[in-house]
Amino acid sequence: MLKILKYSFFDLMRSRWSYVYLLFYFLLGIVLLFLNNDLSKAVITLMNVIIVLAPLIGTIFGVMYYYNSREFTELLLAQPLKRSSIFLGQYLGVALSLSMSLILGLGVPFLMYGLLQSSAIWNFSLLLITGTFLTFIFTALSFNIALSNENKIRGFGYAMLLWLFLAVIYDGFFLMALILFEDYPLDKLSLVGTMLNPIDLSRTLILLKLDISALMGYTGAIFKKFFGTDYGLILSIFMLILWTILPVMRMVFKAKKKDF
Amino acid sequence: MVSITNLYKRFNKNTVLSGVNLEIHQGGIFTILGPNGSGKTTLIKSILGMVIPDKGTLMVFGKNIKSNSSYRHQINYLPQIANFPSNLKVKELIKMIKNLRGDPGTDLELMERFELAPFLDKKLGTLSGGTKQKVNIVLTFMFDSPLIILDEPTTGLDPISLLFLKERIQIEKAKGKTLLITSHIMSFVEEVSDEIVFLLEGNIYFKGSVSALKAKTQEQDFEHAIASILSNNHA
Amino acid sequence: MKHITLLVIMSINALTSAQVVEVCKNCDFKSIKTAIIQAKPFDTILIKKDTYKEHDIEINKPLTIVGQDYPIIDGELKGEILTVVSDSVTVDGLYIINVGTSYTEDHAAVRIKRSTHFTIKNLILEKLFFGIYLEKSNFGKIFNNKIIGEAIQEYNSGNGIQLWYSNNIDIVNNVIEHVRDGIYLEFSNHCLIKNNVSTENLRYGLHFMFSNDNIYQGNTFKNNGAGVAVMFSKNIKMLHNTFMTNWGTASYGMLLKEINDAEIIGNTFHENTIGINIEGSNRIVYKNNDFSHNGWAIKVRGACYTNQFLENNFLYNAFDIAYNSKVNDNVFDHNYWSGYTGYDLDRDGIGDVPYRPVKLFSYLVNRTPETIILLRSLFMDLIDFSEKVSPVFTPDNLLDFHPSTTQIQW
Repeated sequence: MLKILKYSFFDLMRSRWSYVYLLFYFLLGIVLLFLNNDLSKAVITLMNVIIVLAPLIGTIFGVMYYYNSREFTELLLAQPLKRSSIFLGQYLGVALSLSMSLILGLGVPFLMYGLLQSSAIWNFSLLLITGTFLTFIFTALSFNIALSNENKIRGFGYAMLLWLFLAVIYDGFFLMALILFEDYPLDKLSLVGTMLNPIDLSRTLILLKLDISALMGYTGAIFKKFFGTDYGLILSIFMLILWTILPVMRMVFKAKKKDF
Repeated sequence: MVSITNLYKRFNKNTVLSGVNLEIHQGGIFTILGPNGSGKTTLIKSILGMVIPDKGTLMVFGKNIKSNSSYRHQINYLPQIANFPSNLKVKELIKMIKNLRGDPGTDLELMERFELAPFLDKKLGTLSGGTKQKVNIVLTFMFDSPLIILDEPTTGLDPISLLFLKERIQIEKAKGKTLLITSHIMSFVEEVSDEIVFLLEGNIYFKGSVSALKAKTQEQDFEHAIASILSNNHA
Repeated sequence: MKHITLLVIMSINALTSAQVVEVCKNCDFKSIKTAIIQAKPFDTILIKKDTYKEHDIEINKPLTIVGQDYPIIDGELKGEILTVVSDSVTVDGLYIINVGTSYTEDHAAVRIKRSTHFTIKNLILEKLFFGIYLEKSNFGKIFNNKIIGEAIQEYNSGNGIQLWYSNNIDIVNNVIEHVRDGIYLEFSNHCLIKNNVSTENLRYGLHFMFSNDNIYQGNTFKNNGAGVAVMFSKNIKMLHNTFMTNWGTASYGMLLKEINDAEIIGNTFHENTIGINIEGSNRIVYKNNDFSHNGWAIKVRGACYTNQFLENNFLYNAFDIAYNSKVNDNVFDHNYWSGYTGYDLDRDGIGDVPYRPVKLFSYLVNRTPETIILLRSLFMDLIDFSEKVSPVFTPDNLLDFHPSTTQIQW
């Protein structure tokens, strides 16, 4: 598996798009830090970008990589390698190289800015951690979709739909649910609703660690309790891990049954 | 060496293999023939474990291949379409496959014969179809395995390379290896085959030597023999 | 002539008889209490540097009490320390600690009771319950004092400076921190509260009720538990104050409740959960204020009529304005809004498209608070945009017709 991971990783790291992605984050970081000069504001803007972009890029790269390397995969399948290691290796290769772009692209400008001396380092680390989680989650989801759809265009379409659903449409339903049931206690509903969407979960996780959490705690005791404590952080991270592991498990399971 | 019993495979509603029984003994060249969609590639891929059969057992080297991958150490496979990661250089691809198989291989002679040296530092994405096929062949023959599976090996090859390929096939045969080949080029099949397996609608219609086939169809010419099978069957 | 001479002699007599009474270990008077008993009206009591363990010191004649190099008066937690019950008393330069805490009486470090024309200055008060407590006392000055409490819980802590039925008081240049309410006024009119710094207080930095015609100017209220609360008062002027970092689930920079005819000009509201929370307040002019990085810059609840918001800067607040009704009777004009995305073709510094400061999301959050969970989600940005294009839920006449395209300077 590690060998495959290595090859997929370097294969992607050498692709033009990885550079574009890395450069994008790099420029974004530079612009936000050196033209804006407000670190916590920069973290919030970065959050807005990351929670939309990391899933999108993870989805697109995941699907594209899968379809583009189909013949290569066949070549690997004829080698004495386990299927699970082939797909896990490829998956980790994609997810890691994307995460690298994210971490390096944003990390370098922040280091240049003198992040290590700054109090925002925890917020910033959290940003990178959730960004990495989102990359891993959405790459895994897109691999799942690609594995289940032989048709490239259909697979790509489904993957984009999934992204659109989790990034935008889900929140629409969520909002409708909150308004429809506004006469009932909504604390639990909103917490559960957040947990079930990795993008919402990441957004909330970052927000609750920023000062802005006071806005959220403005309502209901459960919110306050949840957002005010480490319990919320731990549970959120646990959910993100679950969101990563489940699609990966399905991917391995599906790969074992699939014909090439 | 390879023993297939009662192999079934369906893709959605399309039955590709319906109860194939096949025994391939060690040594010699077996060609698998059949019209398009007769299940040649599916059969080969089943042997390689790339296609998971619905029913039936597949034994390779006397072991059931179900959820097993190590037996592929003893198989060399030439896939039909040579499409490699386009960012990788030829050199790196060869190194990678060696690395993956954990076998140093013998690629130098092959490289020389195919005159691949100038392409070693080129990325695979920039190579022509023929050159890619040459790389593909190098990857296949550089390991010393008792079973060699070639899926449409002649695709895109120039005459010199084709000649070399045939030569190589004979060398491997002389070493006592088993070769399993699919091809649409009848002259090629006639020239190299020791035994023919003719697939039709998911079943083995014929298994035997070229001359046996000719005798059975009462045709002098191999191509006509094949054509007669197909037209009789469809009539 | 004779009368005049007599008068002159008498006054000279009075001046010369205004003696300086010294208190120290080796002086005639070793305690402040005895010095006060012995002193004549208009004497000065000079307390030299030392620690005096005294409490319940009553100043019942017009005296000037001055500390030299901050002598310490330690009340040993036994009760009130200084109580002024006479007019024309000056207390200056003392270091007062350990006021007794009580659940039945509001012990203070310094209490002024039914007196006028007093001056309390340059005091340092620590380990206190109440700091300076004015009770039906008028025409006084309180300045340059430093009041540092250790309040942890509201029920057993007191206020820094408290005024109760006291008018015409100047409170200037004081520093107050870690008490319950920094400055508290009740039924106190015509006061000037200027250049004070009130921070880290448990409840409010400034708190007043039923106190009219007061001026609050140049004060800083920072990091207070709930911010500043002003209620049930008329004709207030709040000028150039700073309300900062009052972050918390129920905090605001300033709470206005039933305030009428006020001027709120030139203040800075920075990083508060709610910049100004307005309830039932009418005819207020908000001008040249900076609202930056607040959760809500202004939250309007209940009936608020004919208020004017003119030439303010709204900078990077999560929500600029929140309304809980569709009715709007207030005027927003010539403000700068950092969220403004219109254009200015004639380059006169005023955007050509009106700005709509109430977002749909802020309306939703008002209606169903839990929807705040969708803060900063892409979906919310999208529906905010569509509401901006065609308002359905937010007051459609709540518009700034002349949004400034550059930050307003003054």
